[in-house]
Amino acid sequence: MEQPILEVKNLSIRYNGAPADAVRGVSFTLGRERLGIVGESGSGKSTVGRAILRLLPSAKVSADIMRFEGTDLTALSEAQMLKLRGRRMSMILQDPKFSLNPIRRVGHQVAEAYLRHFPVSRAEAKAKTLEMLAAVRIRDPERVHDLYPHEISGGMGQRVMIAMMLLADPDLVIADEPTSALDVTVRLQVLNILDGLVRDRGIGLIMISHDLNLVRNFCDRVLIMYGGRVVETIAARDLDQATHPYTRGLLAAQPRIGGPRAPLAVLDRRPEWTEEFTQ
Amino acid sequence: MTVSVEIRDLAITFGQGLSAVRVLPGVSFSVAAGECFGLVGESGSGKSTVLRCMSLLTDIWTGEVRIGGRNVRDIPLKERCRLMQMVFQDPYGSLHPRQSVRTVLAEPLRIHGMDNHEARMNRALTDVGLPVSFLDRFPHQLSGGQRQRVAIARALILEPSLLLLDEPTSALDVSVQAEILNLLNRLREERGFTYIMVTHDLAVVDHMCDRFAVMLHGEVTEVLPRAAIPGNGATHPYARELIAASLEYEGQL
Ligand SMILES: Nc1ncnc2c1ncn2[C@@H]1O[C@H](COP(=O)(O)OP(=O)(O)O)[C@@H](O)[C@H]1O
Ligand SMILES: Nc1ncnc2c1ncn2[C@@H]1O[C@H](COP(=O)(O)OP(=O)(O)O)[C@@H](O)[C@H]1O
Ligand SMILES: [Mg+2]
Ligand SMILES: [Mg+2]
Repeated sequence: MEQPILEVKNLSIRYNGAPADAVRGVSFTLGRERLGIVGESGSGKSTVGRAILRLLPSAKVSADIMRFEGTDLTALSEAQMLKLRGRRMSMILQDPKFSLNPIRRVGHQVAEAYLRHFPVSRAEAKAKTLEMLAAVRIRDPERVHDLYPHEISGGMGQRVMIAMMLLADPDLVIADEPTSALDVTVRLQVLNILDGLVRDRGIGLIMISHDLNLVRNFCDRVLIMYGGRVVETIAARDLDQATHPYTRGLLAAQPRIGGPRAPLAVLDRRPEWTEEFTQ
Repeated sequence: MTVSVEIRDLAITFGQGLSAVRVLPGVSFSVAAGECFGLVGESGSGKSTVLRCMSLLTDIWTGEVRIGGRNVRDIPLKERCRLMQMVFQDPYGSLHPRQSVRTVLAEPLRIHGMDNHEARMNRALTDVGLPVSFLDRFPHQLSGGQRQRVAIARALILEPSLLLLDEPTSALDVSVQAEILNLLNRLREERGFTYIMVTHDLAVVDHMCDRFAVMLHGEVTEVLPRAAIPGNGATHPYARELIAASLEYEGQL
């Protein structure tokens, strides 16, 4: 078998001062595929993503294995992590407004991210930037290059973030609710662009979302998290045949177009969901 | 009591001179008594502004809003509050952090000089499915869904006929959304409320609403029955695009 991009075994995380672990015994491997992590707010999805990028200075992280392309992430110094982060593994967050510097033109920010990782001239970086803006289907890259973040829409901002991240040619992308702040029409465009690029380049994608419809349609495999644990792992196309009562409860609580108008099923949360360990 | 709503040429401009922005050029639609009417459209299209104008939270608009046949501007403030109430999206921002649930619910009763405070507060909490002991809780002791229930209880306590719901479940997890939508449906059945509900989710519209208006750049492009969603029966290009995207997103295309 091909070496996995990411291997995580028995990952547990406790924020400093917290009475309990935010993530408990999470294990998974990621190949050149799109892996969804889905669950309700507070279930630990973002914490898992941040731990992989080692962005949790105020938490205790433990794992039997946390390996990225054969490199033991738990053993790397911060200096070594800096070389990986943004270059071979990157993250897209929900709101580009918080990720972009408000007082710098977006094109310059994309070029800068490129210059940080590759020894090229400014002219080369700009050419590469325009090429990448076109690749995320921005129609007029020259014009958008010169705009400030407040002058672009949320959907455009998210495409700029994708362009910035893909310029470094990463092997792993962690997208944390990348389209939750976008209108449904724009959301689909952004997801389709991300999806196409990730597949063409054979990138491993971790898609963190609270949205079952999103992971159903834009992932190959899905981990369902509840209370810091993975309660079920399932192929995205089989999501409707999920067996765990929590997954089934989430699916039943979701209103659907053309669905019955009977009262929606309400989750009956069971204490054992936070205890059992199925995988 | 149950009331109809009629909106004619509702128009509003924010700012003046060169910086003036005409946010609603002229919106018209009507809602039958007891109907649940949806307002959808992209963010910034003016949905919240319509609700804020109707409830006179903003009052620099022109046009006409009639509630139960009466011009909203002719209804005295106190009576208006007892006729219509608004519920906002953010259950974290809409409750004062240092006010107990009791204070939140007692204030409107006091302002409106209503009797039987204790009984009315108990009833409002029971209506939204919270135990009466929650009267002594503060917002930080409540989950997001419980806060939204308190916000709905606050809207119910003056026994209004019309509820303006601005994305009441957008900030909530789907399991909590299910509880709130069930609650809203039950209350409408029991009391004959009229709802105008802003949402970005057409599955919620299909589940809750009888008809809905699709807004774009401050204008109503089209008013459609809920039955137009599954087969995309819209005719306006934006309304068609919105429904098509929602169907595709749900994996129904
Ligand atoms: N910086 C932090 N400090 C302390 N606790 C945190 C912090 N960030 C998240 N948590 C807690 O960790 C748990 C998991 O949070 P998170 O990973 O953000 O969940 P999700 O992304 O699934 O919504 C929650 O209980 C949350 O309150
Ligand atoms: N008080 C205000 N002053 C200036 N512009 C406003 C004000 N309130 C809303 N707007 C503008 O009106 C437009 C419609 O806003 P809103 O009604 O909140 O849209 P929606 O609820 O559909 O997302 C937006 O462009 C918004 O920036
Ligand atoms: Mg999160
Ligand atoms: Mg709004």
